[in-house]
Amino acid sequence: MTKLAQRNYYGKALAKLAEENPNVVVLDADLAGSTKTSEFRKVAPERFIEVGIAEQDMIGIAGGLAASGKTVFASTFAVFATGRCWEQIRLAMAYPRLNVKVVSTHCGISVGPDGASHQALEDIAIMRAIPNMTVISPADAYEAYAATLAIADFDGPVYMRLGRADMPVLFDEDVKFEIGKAKKLRSGSDVTLIGTGQMVSLCMDAAEMLEKDGISAEVINISTIKPLDIEAIYESVSKTGCVVTAEEHSVIGGLGSAVAEFLSENCPCPITRVGTRDTFGESGDPDELFKKYGLTAEDIRAAAEISIKKKE
Amino acid sequence: MVTEKAIELKKKANKLRYHVVEMTTAAGSGHPGGSLSAADLVSTLYFEVMNHDPKNPGWEDRDRFVLSKGHVAPVLYSALAECGYFPVEDLITLRKLGSKLQGHPVRGKVPGVEMSTGSLGQGLSMACGIALAGKLDKKDYWTYCLLGDGEMQSGQNWEAIMFAAQQKLDHLIAFVDRNRLQIEGDTEIVVGLEPLTEKWLAFGWDVYEIDGHNIDHILGAIRNAKTTDSPSVIVMRTVKGKGVSFMENNAGFHGRSCKPDEYEQAMKELKEAL
Repeated sequence: MTKLAQRNYYGKALAKLAEENPNVVVLDADLAGSTKTSEFRKVAPERFIEVGIAEQDMIGIAGGLAASGKTVFASTFAVFATGRCWEQIRLAMAYPRLNVKVVSTHCGISVGPDGASHQALEDIAIMRAIPNMTVISPADAYEAYAATLAIADFDGPVYMRLGRADMPVLFDEDVKFEIGKAKKLRSGSDVTLIGTGQMVSLCMDAAEMLEKDGISAEVINISTIKPLDIEAIYESVSKTGCVVTAEEHSVIGGLGSAVAEFLSENCPCPITRVGTRDTFGESGDPDELFKKYGLTAEDIRAAAEISIKKKE
Repeated sequence: MVTEKAIELKKKANKLRYHVVEMTTAAGSGHPGGSLSAADLVSTLYFEVMNHDPKNPGWEDRDRFVLSKGHVAPVLYSALAECGYFPVEDLITLRKLGSKLQGHPVRGKVPGVEMSTGSLGQGLSMACGIALAGKLDKKDYWTYCLLGDGEMQSGQNWEAIMFAAQQKLDHLIAFVDRNRLQIEGDTEIVVGLEPLTEKWLAFGWDVYEIDGHNIDHILGAIRNAKTTDSPSVIVMRTVKGKGVSFMENNAGFHGRSCKPDEYEQAMKELKEAL
């Protein structure tokens, strides 16, 4: 299976924007080589702004640039991009609905050896709580590329989370990305597996395992967490009657919470959330960490069995 | 000697002070103290220095003003109304449900308000972004940013100060309203800022220290600040509550409005100053 890193495709998309859109300005906080905003700098160095290790300042500057008509991308690691400057994001970009895209890399425990200080497991929760924010979490590198171009065309504040490590490729190179639209990747009738980020490919693996057990699983890729594609979820759940959510993020406040909020108010049904369970991560290889923290295809399969059992 | 221009701008500043006390009293809350200390600067900027067009608030080449100390929105709203961005009668809606005049300024709600502020320590970063956009677009507009002295305790300001110097944002002029009072009292007792001027200098800015109630000094400092190729800051020694005897140097009026008897007295004094 081909594996590609989302951040590399973010860099490629930024390089394309550097050539095609003179209005785009990119900011980074001393991590351009890691976030791959360095690809933009290669093409348009005059529109690449290094702010230093000063994330709060970066968001204020981004707001000022956007208020002056620029389309601004601001990048750093997810922990810093969302946690260090949460209130700056709230005041300087979300409240005035300014055209700033905070794109973070190094989300989740797949960051690996750097450990918990660098593993963002709360970013979806704290970003989606802010009014006016759009929250995006692509499922593979090609979708990350398409999403980068899509958010550049969208006028408003956006948070997009990307991974550091190579991850399985799910889509063709020319995949389309529409903000707010879920993608059904596999049809099924017994359970709906709703994933985001690289957990989508693990949902596909889990669906294969379930098929061998005679269980028919539907798989939905939620690459826009806010606004949530409630029609797609409703349609699928009306058919299957139970759900599993899967995210490389805490079960508190993330995709699982967003789906549970919608379902409990509109079509209550069994739901089992796969994600980290109110815990920090730690150093280790991503594969070891996924096993230890319950984020494998096998965990999704087991969660599906729990949800199906609860239907009875 | 006081110039004719300064006398005229001082009168306008006192008009702003009059509005500030009237509107905060009507609202029953708000921040009159810091609004009064900044009135002379705001008058000088809006009625003399800034190149702006109230009929066309989105004009690309306009000078921009960012109110980092967003709690003194009343003085900004008063200036915008007096300039004709919106009717003066609207001022009395301050802080009321449905009013565009929110407790702290909101971009997009009020014509002439450039950025949403109110959470201290963030305005200078925003002003840096605006000044940087001007530089990227080879525009000639000026970006002005008014900071409270208390908010200089916030680390983000020092990030922005380093950034502005690094980027040589020569069309950025910051002002510090150095009235020495914050909610808990004397800034030097809370967490001391001095030597403030030397700090800005050490960070690579062009620095002026003036009497912030002397309009000729404000005009002169801005003129000089425009001749340098680095960002400039004008540290203005001011009096919190300036213009109303019992509000002067009174930290209590940072965040509360006048009671009825105080209002009578304040309006009497401010009317005399018109």
